[in-house]
Amino acid sequence: MIDINPMTIFLAAIFTNNMIYSYFLGMCSFISVSNEIPTSLGLGQAVTFVTTATAIINYILYKYVLLPLNLEYLRFIVFIITIAAFVQLLEMVVERYFPNLYYSLGIFLPLITVNCIVFAVSLFMVIRNYTFLQSVAYAAGSGIGWTLAIVAMAGAKQRIKNNNLPKGLEGPGITLIITGLMALAFVGFSGIVQIQ
Amino acid sequence: MHTILLTTAIVTGFTGFLAVLLTLANRTIANYGEKKLIINEDKEYIVKGGSSLLSVLREEKVFIPSACGGKGTCGYCKVKVLEGGGPVLPTELPWLTKEELENNIRLSCQCKIKEDMKVYIPEELFNVREYEATVEILEDMTPEIKKVRLRLNEGEEINFKPGQYIQLKIPEYEGSDEEIYKAYSIASSPEEKSFIDLYIGYTGGTATTYVHKFLKKGDRVYINGPYGDFYYHDNRDKEMVLVAVGTGIAPILSILKYMAHNKIDRKATFFFGAKTPSDLFELELIHSFEESIPGFKFIPTLSRVKEEHNWTGEKGRVNVQLEKYIDNGDGKEAYLCGSPAMIDTVVNVLKKKGFTEETIYYDKF
Repeated sequence: MIDINPMTIFLAAIFTNNMIYSYFLGMCSFISVSNEIPTSLGLGQAVTFVTTATAIINYILYKYVLLPLNLEYLRFIVFIITIAAFVQLLEMVVERYFPNLYYSLGIFLPLITVNCIVFAVSLFMVIRNYTFLQSVAYAAGSGIGWTLAIVAMAGAKQRIKNNNLPKGLEGPGITLIITGLMALAFVGFSGIVQIQ
Repeated sequence: MHTILLTTAIVTGFTGFLAVLLTLANRTIANYGEKKLIINEDKEYIVKGGSSLLSVLREEKVFIPSACGGKGTCGYCKVKVLEGGGPVLPTELPWLTKEELENNIRLSCQCKIKEDMKVYIPEELFNVREYEATVEILEDMTPEIKKVRLRLNEGEEINFKPGQYIQLKIPEYEGSDEEIYKAYSIASSPEEKSFIDLYIGYTGGTATTYVHKFLKKGDRVYINGPYGDFYYHDNRDKEMVLVAVGTGIAPILSILKYMAHNKIDRKATFFFGAKTPSDLFELELIHSFEESIPGFKFIPTLSRVKEEHNWTGEKGRVNVQLEKYIDNGDGKEAYLCGSPAMIDTVVNVLKKKGFTEETIYYDKF
């Protein structure tokens, strides 16, 4: 257990330890769905919610089921299954009972079952021995950080939409280069705070 | 031993619990009951709610063109939803123009059936379906063009208009790890409903490499169709100008076969462009139309003819011959099939001769 204010962890997860810019996690949807700002924002919100909710469930499972039984090594399979089932269930519920929410957020849910950051947050939280509050803060921060990154990318992409790019750089190529450049900027934040 | 049992029990119990939970949820929360789907005001289907319009239509044997298989990444499966589609989803927006949004066009793979729905689907798509076929003929027409005859299963029929195309499924093969669909015009007569002929030229691409290097006689293939708005128009008072280069001859042959079979006597001139004499093919068949269609005239033209070819016919590209043989566009209509470059050039020539957009039909590939 490390003694860091959850608020610090929350902010650090957004800026200094951004999932995209410092870990390059959650890249697939980051590259493919970052074409328009509203869509990116919707996806980002869904990722934030799912990351936080699954981190809470996984924390409880890990702390109260896996740890007492000395089954920490099962965490991979347990976390993955929890995430998949949770997302599926959430999608059904939202689609049925919250049609409006479904149209703005729900349709992104299938996309994020496989988003790496959801799983990464659950793993990091147990590797780093976070407390419950720290875990929640870390999960929410990571989600928001990811949202920030994808919205920024969507903005950048809209700017270059009508530019002539070399053929080989179109699409994912230029996205990765922009990500690299932005990551360099975020490196400037690192070192301000240590969260592990 | 104890650990192994415990681990297995925990994982089994855990996944089992979630599986039960999800099954229950699927039965209750995701169950929308039976909904009514009305197509074009007259066809009514009772369908299971909750699934996408595309998959429901497919179950009802209505094939909407779709290349990505319902993932919302190709934007082909557009359908007009008149009632009950709910709001347009963000996943559809990138594919829809402002005009389409105003006309209630939706991506059928994203639009789910949650209430009774009314949709409009162009009549011709009702003919579209998937067929399994056997490669019956695989023959070299020129060093680079193969004729492929695909025979449908016993008792099956395909109805198409002369000039339309089908999509051939190219499976994964050595050198291509992706299943793709490629469009080819039908060269056989629409009166022959139990098989289709295709002419496939070798370009080195995934599909043509498959057909030329891997496909064998007797192989089973899948096709779907027919598609396309390039087809024969029965304006009998008009003279026809037919222009094709290379494998572009396929839809033109289908049109000519149709005319010959139905004894349609229209004045028709067919300009067929190739590089050298060895690139011309099906000449016997084409010349036979001169007897079966009294007003038919065939003008082959070669662009890379040399002394040793002993060629006495026309020389130059098809546009040169059009300049020479066509005086004006009065009372004529044109059917063009070939590369985009050829079509663009020919459309320009024809327009100068007085053809209008409405009297030029073309199929670019």
